[in-house]
Amino acid sequence: MSHQETIGRSAHKINPNKAPIDPSRATPEGKYKHLGIWIFLGSETVLFASLFGTYIALKNSTAGGPTTQDLYGLELVFLMTLLLLTSSLTSVYAIYHMKNNNFKKMQLWMGITGLLGLAFLACEIYEFAHYITDYGFTFRSSAFGSAFYTLVGFHGGHVIFGLSWLIVLMMRNAKRGLDTYNAPKYNTFALYWHFIDVVWVFIFTVVYLMGMVG
Amino acid sequence: MSATTTQKRGLGTVIWDYMTTVDHKKVGILYLLFGGIFFLMAGVQALLIRTQLITPENDFVSAGLYNELITMHGTNMLFLAAMPLFFGLMNYVMPLQIGARDLAFPFLNGVGVWLFIFGGLLMNSSWFFGGAPDAGWTNYAPLSTQSPGHGVNFYVLGLQLAGAGTIISGINFIATIVLMRGPGMTYMRMPLFSWTTLVTSILILFAFPAFTIALFLMQFDRMFDTAFFDIALGGNSIIWQHLFWIMGHPEVYILVLPAFGIFSEVIPTFSKKRLFGYTAMVFATFLIAFLGFMVWAHHMFTVGLGPVANALFAIGTMAIAVPTGIKIFNWLLTMWGGSIKITTPMLYALGFIPSFTIGGMTGVMLGSTVADYQFHDTYFVVAHFHYVIIGGSVFGILAAVHYWWPLMFNRMLSEKLGKLEFWLFFTGFHLTFFIQHFLGLMGMPRRYWVFLENQELDLGNLISTIGAYLMGIAVIVLLINVVLSYFKEPAPRDPWDGRTLEWAVPNPTPYYNFKHTPLTRGLDPLWIEKMEGDGKIKPAEPLHDLHMPYGSILPFLMSLGFTIASFGFIYQLDGPHGRILIYIGMAFAIGCMIVRSLKDDYGYNIPKEVLEKEDD
Repeated sequence: MSHQETIGRSAHKINPNKAPIDPSRATPEGKYKHLGIWIFLGSETVLFASLFGTYIALKNSTAGGPTTQDLYGLELVFLMTLLLLTSSLTSVYAIYHMKNNNFKKMQLWMGITGLLGLAFLACEIYEFAHYITDYGFTFRSSAFGSAFYTLVGFHGGHVIFGLSWLIVLMMRNAKRGLDTYNAPKYNTFALYWHFIDVVWVFIFTVVYLMGMVG
Repeated sequence: MSATTTQKRGLGTVIWDYMTTVDHKKVGILYLLFGGIFFLMAGVQALLIRTQLITPENDFVSAGLYNELITMHGTNMLFLAAMPLFFGLMNYVMPLQIGARDLAFPFLNGVGVWLFIFGGLLMNSSWFFGGAPDAGWTNYAPLSTQSPGHGVNFYVLGLQLAGAGTIISGINFIATIVLMRGPGMTYMRMPLFSWTTLVTSILILFAFPAFTIALFLMQFDRMFDTAFFDIALGGNSIIWQHLFWIMGHPEVYILVLPAFGIFSEVIPTFSKKRLFGYTAMVFATFLIAFLGFMVWAHHMFTVGLGPVANALFAIGTMAIAVPTGIKIFNWLLTMWGGSIKITTPMLYALGFIPSFTIGGMTGVMLGSTVADYQFHDTYFVVAHFHYVIIGGSVFGILAAVHYWWPLMFNRMLSEKLGKLEFWLFFTGFHLTFFIQHFLGLMGMPRRYWVFLENQELDLGNLISTIGAYLMGIAVIVLLINVVLSYFKEPAPRDPWDGRTLEWAVPNPTPYYNFKHTPLTRGLDPLWIEKMEGDGKIKPAEPLHDLHMPYGSILPFLMSLGFTIASFGFIYQLDGPHGRILIYIGMAFAIGCMIVRSLKDDYGYNIPKEVLEKEDD
């Protein structure tokens, strides 16, 4: 580690005249966090892979209860997919503005990301409530019910965690602007958020699309 | 942390220091301390098991207690003793070996160690809360879902916490090795112990999440009446076996690869030769890790996965013998023609090679599907995995403790007592487990509480129990050695005439590790300087201010919060008061996370002027 890097560990306001190309990786901490979140997401992949495996093994074990074809409707799921994928795009805009050292626009796009995430979450809560009240389908109904709610619920839990993280992050830094201390935090959040979207793409395919065909 | 400084300060200060530490050396010592405590507990449990089996139809312990003992012995040894002891060594030694001043995420390191400690304490507290887990360390469903009482709930939540700590540490080690190697420390100059730390961490990263999910499913089934393993509602108990062994098989490589790394440090040091076939050793480590992920179903040959699956997994299993064989030959060739010095660590290395080879041979035997139908669930299996785990991992840990003790605690362990300990342990180990191969071949099943008289099992079991007591005595000798070392003179720097960077730091290790960032000029950097230079590591850059992280109590409090919530999850089964504990615990833990997010932690600088006054 060179001298510059070592003292770079503390936060620096970004000088617009010689702004770093990527403030999220201007300090050693930023670099560590960037790699660390990628490694963490690697282990999250195995976490979700295990849940997908369990779901695939149990999706036809309905024990006389509702089946995948009885339950799923693609209209709502399409809307949820739209919301979450768009939120990924808006977080890309936010990071784009971070790299241009434009804090206000970054906060704005991060805020939109959060709102889209909230909308997604609302749809998911509606979906679960719908299954429970209209079909009596709970995570105690059958092995399929357990596997469905655990897989989709784990994803929903990740969304809730991500939203809480984002809210704390945005509120904490609202008045201080961008510096090399908080830029890595936004960057790691954005990567985490993309990961949640990727998992949803697989849920959309494996759970809903495959569920429609039986 | 040297013993001399501890004497000057009050006990309270020292405890507070360790509770708030984010220094990789102190975290390492915490791992060693608590791993050691769990090791002793699991060892006592083993002695109780062997005492029960000393004579036929013994009634020393009840059948139920016997089940609890075997479960706790296995779980403690694997998850709370062997792995944390390795983590302690990795934490302490790996950053020194690669020329780093700390891990990449010091705060997370604190979180990891406290999650492990609290998880371990939670699981072991089950003895006082109505009974320990009793479904075996593998905790197979539906035995575990049907197990009455809270025992298995303690298993599930204790391991969930400890497992989370393990994943966190794994991420930390990988990021550290990838990004924080000192100048000149290229990948192919890294000491083998650092290499195996990296590969072990990769294994942890991809293996443990499967277990996290398995534990969640078990928790939901036991606590919230889901149906994952409930056949009546369409569940499938084989899912547990798959998820468990997807973690469980890489786990045995997580336990043995660091030991391989340790022996790859010890053997060159005491043979005065560089490691033979360094590149092949690195390659073999990766190959073992890679193959280790694809063989989990060899624990499930008798489940009925079908001949194709069984055949593929059998071939994969036998293939692992190849890279392992490469390693064995490389160690032998490292010693070939070297000027060998027999010290305690070297004795363990020499004892390891034949012991582990025997364990590897029985592993190939078990890997043969047809033969496995005979061996399955007999003492042959018990003998096999104790040969690899004691002969590999425990020998490795004991070698490392003797080897790195002067580095970590600034004292030498007595060589006389160390050699006594080795011979007691080595003899006891083979006495205990060699005979068990034959007990198993004669048909003695594992996990049984008693065996019948006059079935030619009596003598074998008696011998096995005597061996176990010899191992117990060996551990007592080690403890005496540790206590005596406290009263000795401080150890000289580099007492073994070492080859790698960790021996270049002053004794006791300064809290900032290296005053000057060390320059690595090749493999075995210190040895190169001894042979071609003045024996001192060259500074890579002029002296400058060093940046250090602040300590924090938050990791401790956060883990405490999760532990309270875990008790809540267990006791919400008995009534609503448990739910209150969940809310309190989670609010506490999440509150700590929010505090961590809101409070900036820039760390502090040690000025250059202060460093100039310190020793080199």
